[in-house]
Amino acid sequence: MAETQELVAFDEAMAKYDPVLGFEVHVELNTKTKMFSAAPNAFGDVPNTNVSPVDLGLPGTLPVVNKSAVEYSIMIGLALNCKIAESCFFARKNYFYPDTPKNFQTSQYEDPICYDGYLDIELEDGEVFRVEIERAHMEEDAGKLTHLGGATGRIQGAEYSLVDYNRAGVPLVEIVTKPIVGAGSRAPELARAYVAAVREIVKNLGVSDARMERGNVRCDANVSLMPKGATQFGIRSETKNVNSLRAVERAVRFEIERHAAVLESGQKVVQETRHWHEDTRSTTSGRPKSDADDYRYFPEPDLVPVVTTEAWVEELRSRLPEPPAERRKRLKADWGYSDAEFRDVVNAGVMDSIEETIAAGASAAVARKWWMGEISRRAKEAEVEPSELGVSPQTVVELDRLVQAGKINDKLARQVLDGVLAGEGSPEEVVDKRGLAVVSDDSALLDAIDAALAAQPDVAEKIRGGKVQAAGAIVGGVMKATRGQADAGRVRELIFERLGVQA
Amino acid sequence: MSELITHSAAKLAELLAASEVSSTEVTQAHLDRIAAVDGDVNAFLHVNTDEALAVAADVDKARAAGEELHALAGVPIAIKDLIVTVGQPTTAGSKMLEGWMSPYDATVIKKIRAARMPMLGKTNLDEFAMGSSTEHSAFGPTRNPWDLERIPGGSGGGSAAAVSAFEAPLALGTDTGGSIRQPAAVTGSVGVKPTYGGVSRYGAIAMASSLDQIGPVTRTVLDAALLHEVIGGHDPADSTSLTDPVGALVEAARSGDVHGMRIGVIKELQGEGYSAGVQARFDEALELLRGAGANVVEVSCPNFKYALGAYYLVMPSEASSNLAKYDGVRYGHRALPEDGSMTIERVMGATRAAGFGDEVKRRIILGTYALSAGYYDAYYGSAQKVRTLVQRDFAAAFETADVLISPTAPTTAFKLGEKLDDPMAMYLNDVATIPANLAGVPGISVPGGLADGLPVGIQFLAPAREDARLYRAGAGLENLLEATWGGPLLAQAPALGGVK
Repeated sequence: MAETQELVAFDEAMAKYDPVLGFEVHVELNTKTKMFSAAPNAFGDVPNTNVSPVDLGLPGTLPVVNKSAVEYSIMIGLALNCKIAESCFFARKNYFYPDTPKNFQTSQYEDPICYDGYLDIELEDGEVFRVEIERAHMEEDAGKLTHLGGATGRIQGAEYSLVDYNRAGVPLVEIVTKPIVGAGSRAPELARAYVAAVREIVKNLGVSDARMERGNVRCDANVSLMPKGATQFGIRSETKNVNSLRAVERAVRFEIERHAAVLESGQKVVQETRHWHEDTRSTTSGRPKSDADDYRYFPEPDLVPVVTTEAWVEELRSRLPEPPAERRKRLKADWGYSDAEFRDVVNAGVMDSIEETIAAGASAAVARKWWMGEISRRAKEAEVEPSELGVSPQTVVELDRLVQAGKINDKLARQVLDGVLAGEGSPEEVVDKRGLAVVSDDSALLDAIDAALAAQPDVAEKIRGGKVQAAGAIVGGVMKATRGQADAGRVRELIFERLGVQA
Repeated sequence: MSELITHSAAKLAELLAASEVSSTEVTQAHLDRIAAVDGDVNAFLHVNTDEALAVAADVDKARAAGEELHALAGVPIAIKDLIVTVGQPTTAGSKMLEGWMSPYDATVIKKIRAARMPMLGKTNLDEFAMGSSTEHSAFGPTRNPWDLERIPGGSGGGSAAAVSAFEAPLALGTDTGGSIRQPAAVTGSVGVKPTYGGVSRYGAIAMASSLDQIGPVTRTVLDAALLHEVIGGHDPADSTSLTDPVGALVEAARSGDVHGMRIGVIKELQGEGYSAGVQARFDEALELLRGAGANVVEVSCPNFKYALGAYYLVMPSEASSNLAKYDGVRYGHRALPEDGSMTIERVMGATRAAGFGDEVKRRIILGTYALSAGYYDAYYGSAQKVRTLVQRDFAAAFETADVLISPTAPTTAFKLGEKLDDPMAMYLNDVATIPANLAGVPGISVPGGLADGLPVGIQFLAPAREDARLYRAGAGLENLLEATWGGPLLAQAPALGGVK
């Protein structure tokens, strides 16, 4: 089904048009049970095992609202600077589809629990862009369909489909922005930064696992173009299935280029749902969508309104962690890192580890050296996150203490870390068990130095003659003889002392 | 026929407690009665012989062992086939669910099991409780024990017929617009629609969620109170369930004292449209109540005239959504399109075309239309406003009256087939019962005598959560009327199966 797509180069499009964006981000909450039933909310289990009669829509069943899901939703609303409705109700969104066991989705329509918020998005260069939040409402997820027998894995051409209702009824919060105007050519970048910020916030709140690859955070991106300087929005497309941050940026860019081409050719953009394909980095037409889609919403008669008291909301507000953006600002200032250093730390995903290591007693510089250096290197080799490697902040602090005390050097410290990761105990214990302490007994060193000088008389002669840089060869010999356990600096001093040379 | 089946549930409970009869004997007597007469009546869609006898034997053993038992332990009961039960099929009177076995019990069924009441079986109903005659059952109509050519009311015609034909001393029904009270009225039995939220709806197959309520169907007011106390109370699985206790219902039924009670006659629910026989029995009931010291006053509920119209928007709207789940994908009937492609949409369409009867389709279409964009405000929105007005009418009426009174149904039982082709005439049967559902208030229908040999029902309505008042007023009228009849009205019912 190759669909040829005319595109206009991005810069060219931006020269003529202003993009208007809008996002619907679905966040799966990580409550223990589902939105309206006591079935477990868990990912990856055997299909159709995490289901109750309610989730299967069996005759006679009734929903009961999960209080934790309401609390998580309020926390998301508060983190997005939203107002919280004093009372709100659920509605039924009626449509027939086999992944929806009741053939309606219980959602919120006229009456979202959170509304009128905003999020300040900091772009790479520090420019801050305010995105207005229209609403964040609660709803339930649908089941998962797997289409088999066709080449594409899509419903068209499939011989049969399998349905897994484990996901049916998983609590979702849908966050809807107001139209975002004025991003100009930074629209793709803003799109990515916005979704990244939402993802970071829900992760920071602890209300979602926030793993995009598992669909915990899913983004639908609305894009339209209007001629530069116009105020009347163009016709929009809604791109679904945009499930990575990179894809968000690319999909918005692609749609801008596609819309521009349609408009340039004198045609009208079709208001429709489009699907993003990561493999071809393009969108294809889904189903036509109009504002007249009739879901026959009406208030869910099986549920009573959700009433939020001020005391409850304030109690939840008091539980909110520091917002990620503010926290970053504070930590960067506290640690005294440069912009580049701090960005690298954030990108490497070691900010939390560094914070904990500093709290455990290390200096900001030492914590950065370890987490950005040795630990990141090993994590990369092991293909895990640095924080998942098993190095505790306490280990880093102890390693540093041993180095500072001259008990071990950096090279030995790496061996000590090997021991710690091999489960041989604390750094102190590894040093003892492996006998790795730096040789600090000068007499033992002097024996080794004498032996090295005797082995390389010509080098010794050069040093006597004032060529101090030749001492490296002797140091190397000593280090080899002591299996690296000598303090190289001290060895150097002793060599000059022995030969009566002023270094 | 065995004398055992003529006893009230209260009397059976006494005999059982005194070990004068065993539950096995009582249960077997009712099973025998079902075998003898249900071929004519068709009250039961499923007879639960083995389990009922097993539960009865268990109760007998427990009683012999001196175990403490619930007052109704060992008293058998019939269940409307809209309420899901483990171990017995639940059809909702529809081909759509023919043969379907629920993997879970409704909350009321759990309570029935906890009280150790043998379940005799599942009773017939209009498909998905949509109808006023039980003629819309996919499994054939139930017949009125007073006249087998006539309807037993609906949708709970099966439960009412079972009780009035002495096939069961007790039954459960559901009432969305009168489905407990109107069948009770036309079969000479007692039916109660509790306050909305008073009895858990969990496991009652939904027609209209904001109107549905499970309640007792019995032969005496006291029996209804006894059963109501078994099934009532808060259920965390039903968000609309009330948290307050049900109230001292049995006590109120035993009292039956109407002296000084202010009884409001609803001006709008009598006169035109009500048959002369019904009106005559109603007027007599008022006289008896006055004579017993009740303070009979007239109240006006001017918005009740809009209730039927509002009901036929709210009910189908909710039903159209509640019945969307029956699509052949997960359970129940599945039909395949006769030709053409086999897409999911077409399988769903074929399933719903084949699985639902005409009345269900009529209401789904009506409700789908009423909820459609552009019509929602005019239909569903306006209907909800009428609901508020009906609630206000009740609130005002209850300022001057403790309970309200009206005929339960405008006529006695009509003949099978008589109104089948005239939905409006059928819907008018519920004109007096619908306001209570729209407002969530409780109602009871008690036998009020006969008109041309057919039972007439008298309805009392009380404020929400004041179900006890219904039992006091209902028992009061029952006592007064039985004194004039010289016994229960059902003693005058014709014999069935040639064995009375």
